[in-house]
This record gives sequence, structure tokens and C-alpha cells, in this order.
Amino acid sequence: MVIMGYKLPNMSSLLIWGLLWEIIGQTGLTFFVPPLSEVFVTLFKIIGTPAFVKALTETAQAFLAGVFFAIAIGIPVGIFMGRSRLLDELLLPWVNIFVSAPLTALVPVLMVLFGFGMKSIIITTTLFGIWIIILNTRAGVRQINRSLIEMSRSFGASQFDAFTKVYFWAALPEILGGVRIGVIRAVKGVIIGQLLISIVGFGALFELYASNFLMSHFWAVLIVLFALAFSISEFLGYLERRVSYYAANRS
Amino acid sequence: MVMSQTESAFANAHPTEQDIAVSIRGVSKNYGAVEALKDMSLDFPRGQLTSLLGPSGCGKTTLLKIIAGLLKHDSGEIIVNGKNVTGPGPNRAFVFQDFALLPWATVMRNVAFGLELRGVPRSEREDKAEKYIKGVGLAGFENAYPHELSGGMRQRVGLARALSVDANVLLLDEPFSAVDEQTRRKFQEDLLSLVANEKKTFIFVTHSIEEAVYCSDQIALLLPRPSRVHEMIRPQIDRSKGVDNIPREPEYLDIVDQIWASLRAYVE
Repeated sequence: MVIMGYKLPNMSSLLIWGLLWEIIGQTGLTFFVPPLSEVFVTLFKIIGTPAFVKALTETAQAFLAGVFFAIAIGIPVGIFMGRSRLLDELLLPWVNIFVSAPLTALVPVLMVLFGFGMKSIIITTTLFGIWIIILNTRAGVRQINRSLIEMSRSFGASQFDAFTKVYFWAALPEILGGVRIGVIRAVKGVIIGQLLISIVGFGALFELYASNFLMSHFWAVLIVLFALAFSISEFLGYLERRVSYYAANRS
Repeated sequence: MVMSQTESAFANAHPTEQDIAVSIRGVSKNYGAVEALKDMSLDFPRGQLTSLLGPSGCGKTTLLKIIAGLLKHDSGEIIVNGKNVTGPGPNRAFVFQDFALLPWATVMRNVAFGLELRGVPRSEREDKAEKYIKGVGLAGFENAYPHELSGGMRQRVGLARALSVDANVLLLDEPFSAVDEQTRRKFQEDLLSLVANEKKTFIFVTHSIEEAVYCSDQIALLLPRPSRVHEMIRPQIDRSKGVDNIPREPEYLDIVDQIWASLRAYVE
């Protein structure tokens, strides 16, 4: 955005919203919105505390494990669905159901099946992220230029080589797009899991602060979480742009 | 009676006891109810360039892909070097109309990709690729990516890849149709010297009459509805006077006219 000849850096609009937040907070309209400055003071106060570090590690572990499985299972399944008519017919209805299903409703079932521990949280995280990764990978593989497939066949590529040396890379821009959205969904998954299954990690902090009306603590943790999710998403967006140069000229 | 050169070209169209590299016998192919190829038989002499020429819909690309093993034929036989083939094999290499390069790989890796798929160790395949990159005139572009190259240069990469696997049959599917006119002329000249130097059998699909007559030792004129080989033409153009003179040879002009006369009815 350019105002009076000055080019403003990206997301400068956040300043306006931050200012508005501060003003509303200062007027003391509602306990729910403490001034932004107070939230930041709290943020720096709690960020080094053992409770916070513990919450961060617990959340990060569950999140990373969940995302790992979502990617490690999602991409191959998506590639297979994109290449095999049979698998596609078998799995596509399920993927479509789950990608739009209110997965939160499934969490109690997971608790019954997998217990109240880390395992259920990781599975919840994976479930939130995996479907869009599968769908995007499938879409990416389906649009691979036909002659690239014929090329690998005509030069005698084994199935394995075709998947790892051609299909994966040819679908990479779509795969990364799917991973980016999947990861954002997984952030939702890990917090919902921590809130519903066992009160650990950031979920525990949210629960603690909200029930004790420590609103500036609550907002502080939320801002940290937003910032983390946003950085991951931006990083993946950056990777996506790195490969987009060939998304345009694959055909 | 003395035949004109052109008449003898058509009369001699049936090859005698030549060494046949690829032979197709009674090949049929249907797409559902559509007959793409019907009982087609053709011989491709070793070390020569045979063009498959015809209007769109005559099945020339289908035939080429069947020879490559990329499409299954419904009946008939494809015999390459005396053996019946049903799938792709190392004795045939394909050059694609749209180049089919890996956009994420350098020229070097693209050219060496056929060898990579065959499990040739890296240093060995890169040596070989290097040689063919030079051969097609792309020295210095080893580390460039396809999107940094012009259409003509990309097709040179495709050609180098096909040459580097050392197949003795090269299948070219309208390889010059996606490159501009000047580049195309240069390509045709290069193709002639390639045929002369490489001792390979070239099967070349084109819809350009001039291109076919210019480059070919033998032209299979295909016609659609139903698909069939209408005529085999062996242009006997004296190429010793240099490639520049080919389009001025009376033989060249006569054959172009004659083919056009056959095709005219099929072009809307």
C-alpha cells in the first residue's frame, strides 16, 4: 500500500488494529479486552517461565508428530489416488467427507479408541491436516503433463522411479499448497486436542487463564500461537513461491 | 521407356531386400467405436528416415506411440530388430512434440535422465550427456533450466536425451511443430546430418509436406477415415549438392505437388 508517496511495509494495517485494541483496552470497556500494551508486557513476563516452556514443548511435540504423519501418509496416498483410478474411486468419497467434516466431533471417539494421552492428540492433529494434503496432492498429480508420464515410461522408468523422480516433483507446487493449508489446520487440531483430550500444552494454559479470567495472559498465549502458525505458513508459502516458477511452464 | 525421376520414386516405393529395423504387420487400434488404425502394415528400413505424413486424424501419432510401446494395439505385430515388442524398450527412444522436459532439472540432468532411469552411474551418464549436449549445440547451457531456454533449445535438449540412450530407433512426434520457422529450418538441416552420421533409424511424424519431402528417405502417406497407408513415396533427391539446394530440385517440387494433390480432398 502506498500513502502519500510512501510505500508502507506489508501488514502495516495491523498497526491501526493494534492501536484500536489499545484504545478500547484503555477505556476499560470490558475485562475481556485488556490494553494491547498490557498483553505484551504479560507476554514477555511469561515467555521464559517453566510453565510456558513446558507448554510450548508439549504442543510443539504433538504438533510436529501430527504434521509429520499427515505429510508422510498424505502425500503418498494422494499420489496413488492421482495415478490409480481404482484407489481413487475407493478413497475419494472418504477423503471428501473428512475434509469437510466437523472433526472436533470425532475427538471423543478417538479418546475412547486411543486413550487420553499424547497419542490421541497426535492423531487429532494428523486428522485435521491430512485430508487437504491428500486432495491437493491428488489434484497436482492428475494435472501432470501427459507427455511427462509418457516420457518416463518410454525411457523405462520403474514405478518407484516414476513416483519419486517425476510425479512427486511435477506435483510439488500443489503438494506444497496442500501442506501449507494442512499445517494451518493442524494447528487447530493440536489445540482442540489439548483442550478436549487431556489438558496439556497450550490447551492447558488457555484453560487455566480463561477460567481464572487472566485475560492478558490468555491473549498473550494466543498471540504467540498466532505468530507461530503465521511464521510456519509464511515459510511454506515461501517454499511454494520457490517452486512456482515451474508450475507455470510445466505444460 | 524412360521414367521420369518422380515416377520411378513412386514405382520403387516397395523396398526390396533391405535391412528392416521396424516392421508393423496388420496393426489395428480402436478407441471405443472409433477405428484409429485398421490393419496397417509398414516397413521402416534401417538407417533411414521414414516420415509418417498425413492430415490430422489419420492416426500417425497413434501409430508412432504404438511403435514406442506407449499405446497398446488391439491386434497385429510390431517387430523391432526382429523381435515382437509390446511395451517400451531400450532399443527405441522418443522425442516429444512438447519436449517433455523436467522443469525442475537442469539441461544436464534432463539429457542424462534416460540414462539415470537405466541406472547408469552419475559420472558415466554425465560424460555421455555432455557429449550429446555439445552435439546438439547447447554447450555452455548444462546448468540452465528449461524455462530459461527458447523452444528450439528445449527441443534440442529433448533430442540429446533421446540420442544419449543410444537406442537404434528414434521416434520423433512432430518435434519441430512447437518451434518457430527459422529454428525449424535449422533443425531440418541438422536432422539430415544426424541421419547421415548416427546410423540410426528415424521415424518421423509430421503434418508438413515440405518438411517430409525435405528430410525423408521414405514417406508413408497416411489418410484418415478409415486410417490407411495411401502411398509409399521414396523421394530420390540428390542431397549431395548441399541441403540448401534441396528445395530447388525439380524432384522435390514435383513430390510436394503430388502429395498435396492426394491430401487436398482431406483438408477442410
